[in-house]
Amino acid sequence: MSVPVVTIEGLSVALPDGGDRPFAVEGVSLEVAPGETLCLVGESGSGKSVVAQAVMGMLPVQLPLVAGRVTFQGQVLPAQRDKAYVRLRSARMAMVFQDASASLDPLIRVGDQLIEIARVHGLSRSEARKRVDEMLIAVRLPDPARIARSYPHQLSGGQAQRIVIAGALLLNPALLIADEPTTALDVTTQAEILTLIADLQRERGTGVLFITHDFGVVSDIADRIVVMQAGQVVESGTAERVLHAPEHPYTRALLAAATKTGDARDATGADTILTAQNISLTYRLGGPFARREVQAVQDVSLSLARGRTLAVVGESGSGKSSLARCLLRLEDFQAGRLTFDGQDITNVKGAELRALRQRIQVVLQDPFSALDPRQSIGAAIAEGPVIHGTPKAQAMERAAELLALVSLPPQAIDRHPHEFSGGQRQRICIARALALDPEVLIADEAVSALDVSVQAQVLDLFADLQRRLGFAMVFITHDLRVARAIADDVIVMQNGRIVEQGPVDQVFHAPVADYTRALLHAAPGRTLKEGAA
Amino acid sequence: MIGYVASRLIRAVITLLITVTLVFLFIRFSGDPAAALAPPDAPQEVIEQYRRAMGLDKPLWAQYTAYLGAMARGEFGYSVHTGLPSAQLFLNRLPATLMLGGTALAIALLAGIPMGAIAALNRGRPIDRAVMGFSVFAFAMPNFLFGLVVILTGALVFQTYVGASEDTLLDVLPPALTLGLASMGAFARFSRSSLLETLNAPFMVAAEARGIPRGRRMWRHAGPNAAIPLVTLVGLSLGGLIAGSVVTEQVFAWPGVGQLLVRSVATRDIATVQFIVLAIAVTMICANLIVDLLYLVIDPRIRAR
Repeated sequence: MSVPVVTIEGLSVALPDGGDRPFAVEGVSLEVAPGETLCLVGESGSGKSVVAQAVMGMLPVQLPLVAGRVTFQGQVLPAQRDKAYVRLRSARMAMVFQDASASLDPLIRVGDQLIEIARVHGLSRSEARKRVDEMLIAVRLPDPARIARSYPHQLSGGQAQRIVIAGALLLNPALLIADEPTTALDVTTQAEILTLIADLQRERGTGVLFITHDFGVVSDIADRIVVMQAGQVVESGTAERVLHAPEHPYTRALLAAATKTGDARDATGADTILTAQNISLTYRLGGPFARREVQAVQDVSLSLARGRTLAVVGESGSGKSSLARCLLRLEDFQAGRLTFDGQDITNVKGAELRALRQRIQVVLQDPFSALDPRQSIGAAIAEGPVIHGTPKAQAMERAAELLALVSLPPQAIDRHPHEFSGGQRQRICIARALALDPEVLIADEAVSALDVSVQAQVLDLFADLQRRLGFAMVFITHDLRVARAIADDVIVMQNGRIVEQGPVDQVFHAPVADYTRALLHAAPGRTLKEGAA
Repeated sequence: MIGYVASRLIRAVITLLITVTLVFLFIRFSGDPAAALAPPDAPQEVIEQYRRAMGLDKPLWAQYTAYLGAMARGEFGYSVHTGLPSAQLFLNRLPATLMLGGTALAIALLAGIPMGAIAALNRGRPIDRAVMGFSVFAFAMPNFLFGLVVILTGALVFQTYVGASEDTLLDVLPPALTLGLASMGAFARFSRSSLLETLNAPFMVAAEARGIPRGRRMWRHAGPNAAIPLVTLVGLSLGGLIAGSVVTEQVFAWPGVGQLLVRSVATRDIATVQFIVLAIAVTMICANLIVDLLYLVIDPRIRAR
C-alpha cells in the first residue's frame, strides 16, 4: 500500500464531566489510503463524527483531544483549531455534511459560494470561475449555469449535496470526509450521490472517510470497514470480511438490523375499520396575487382491517404525510370519503370529531419535538385520557402500566423528556398514543429519526403491542426495509397518487409498477440482502 | 415577487384606511367636540353655531365622506387655539422630534448592536454577563426616571441645565441618551441571540471546514444572516420615532411633536390631535412597508415567493 492519506493512532477525546462515559472516542486507530473508501460505521453517539472533527481540526473546545496522533500525508497535523488548518481545509482535506442545504449560506448564490472557496485559497477570479464551471459539470448538475445562479433554498436536497460535493472537491483534496452525506436523501437520490462520489474518487484518487450508520450503504461502497461502539473500535477489516464474517456481536446486530425482513403473518379475514375512498387534497399557497395550487393527494383509496398494518411508502413529496393528515381529519380534503367503523367521518365536527380523535391516534417522526419539554412523562401520557374524562389518579395509574408496556422503568413517570434518548422518547410517544386505547394508530415516519438497532427494537415493540392490543396501524415510511419488516399490506405513492398496492410479499418480490422497481433497485445494500437471503 | 409587493402595498393602504376611520370615530364619540370647544358658560345657541360651522349637524356618513374628501385634498383643519393649520403646527415641531429620535436611534444602534455582537462572541464569559446585565437594566429603567437622573447629573456635576434648547449636538445628547437607552438594551439582547443562533448554524461549521478564514466567516456569512431579524426591530423603532418620545420630551421640555401632542390633548385642540395621531399611524405603516420591501432585497428566500 502507498503512503496513507491520513493515519490516526490512539486517538482519545475527552467528554465533559457528567457525560455517560469519560471519552467521546478512546484509543481509535485507523488509516485511509489514496483512492480508498473507508467506512466508519456506528450509531449516533458512537463517536464517529468526533473522529472526523479531530482530523479536520474542528473539535469543539468542550471536547479536548487528550491522546493520539493524526498524521496527514506523512506530516503530523497542527493542534486543534490552529490557524494553520485554514490552509489545509478544502485545499487538502474537505468535508461533506449530512444536511447539504443547511451547510450552504442561505443569502449567497451557490456559484459565488463555490468561487469563494477557490478565492480564499489563492486562485485568481478568472481561475476560480473556470474551476467552478468545470466542477459543476463534473458533479453532473443539469443546467449548471442556472444552478450556479440559484440560492440554496431553490435547490433540491440532491442538487444541494452535489453543490457541496463540488465545493469539497474543488481544490482536489487528498482526503474527503463524508459525514452521513446521503442520510437525508431519498433512496434514488442517495444511489446517484453514492455513485457520483465513487466516480469522482476513482478519477482523482481521493481517499474517502465515509461515516454512516447504514450497513446497506456500507455494503455498496466500502473497501474497508471500521465499526465503532461507544467511542471504541470494536471491529475492523476489509469490507468482504466484515460483511460476510462479522466477528463482534455489535457488528452482527447492526448487519441484522440492515437486512431485516418481515416475518410472514397470516392474513385473517378481519373486518374493516378505516376506509378512504378517492381522497384528494389540494394545498392553496400564496397570497391573493400569487396563488399556487399543489396537488398533495390525488384520488387515493385504501382500506385498513382491524389488527392489520398498512405501510404507505414513497419518497419525500409523494404525499404520504398529507394522506396521514387526511386520515386523521387534520386536513380538510376537497374530495373523497372517509369511513371509520362503518360511520362516515368525512364531515364530522365538534364533539363527534373529538370522540373520533380518541379512537385514531398518531405517532410522529421526531420524538425530540413531539414531547412538551416542560411536561413530565406521566402528565404527557395521562393528558389525553384526562381530557376525555378519565379521573386524574386513574389516568396516572394507566400511564404507569403503559410505561411498563413499552419497556420503560416506572421511575420515568416523573422525569422530563430531555432525560431520555431518541429511542426512549419514541417509546414514550407510543405510550401516549396508546393511552386512549385507539383502534387505529397512524405512525408517520415513526422510526426514521432513530438509529438502525433502536429502529429494529421500536419496530418490534409496535408489532408486539399490536399483537397484544389489537389496534390497526397505518405505517408511513420512506424506508422500504421498515415497510417490509412491519406491514401486511403496502401502498406505494408517487406525486400524490397510488402507483402500486398489495400484500407485502407481492409488492416486494413481484413489483408491477416501474416506480416500485426503481425504489427497490435504488435501496442501498442489495448485494448484502442477496447474500443474506 | 410582484404578488408580494402588491399584497404589502394593499395591506398598507387598508391599514391606513382603518386608522383614518378609527380616528374619525373616536373623536366623534369621545364627547361633543362643539361643547368642548365652546367656552364653558356659552349659551346653547353658540354651541349650535359652533356645531354648524364644524359640520357636526350633518348625518354621520356625510361627515365621514366630507372628512375623507378633505383629507384627500390635504386639508386637515385648523388649530382652534393658534388659528394655524394643524399640519403647519406639526411640521414646525417635526424637525426637533426627528433630531431627537434620530440621534437616539443612532446611539441605540451604534452601541447596542456591537454590544450584542461582543456578548455573543464571548458567550458565557464575564463580559457577556456584564453586557446582558446592562441591557436588562437599560430596558427596565423607565424613561422619565433616567431622564431626571440625567438632568440632575447635569445640574449637580456639570453645573448646567440640560434640555429646552436644541441648538447644538451637545443639547440633543442628554435627551437622546435617555430615549436611546431602552432600545439600546433591546438591540443588544436581540443581536446577541440572533448572532449566537447564526454562529451555531450548520453553514457556519461548513464554512470553517471549507477553509474560510474566521474574519471572513464573520463579516461575509454570520453578519448578514444575523442581521435579517434585526431589520424588523429597527423598522419598528423607525415607526416609533415620532410617538416614542412623548415622555422624554416632557421631561426635558423638548419642543417637539410629543410636547405638542400633550398640550393639544390638554386643550382639546381636536384638529391638531387628529393630525398627530394620523402622522404617527402613517409613519408606523410606512416603516412596516419599508421593512417588508427591504426583506425583498436582503433575503432571497422571500424574493422567491
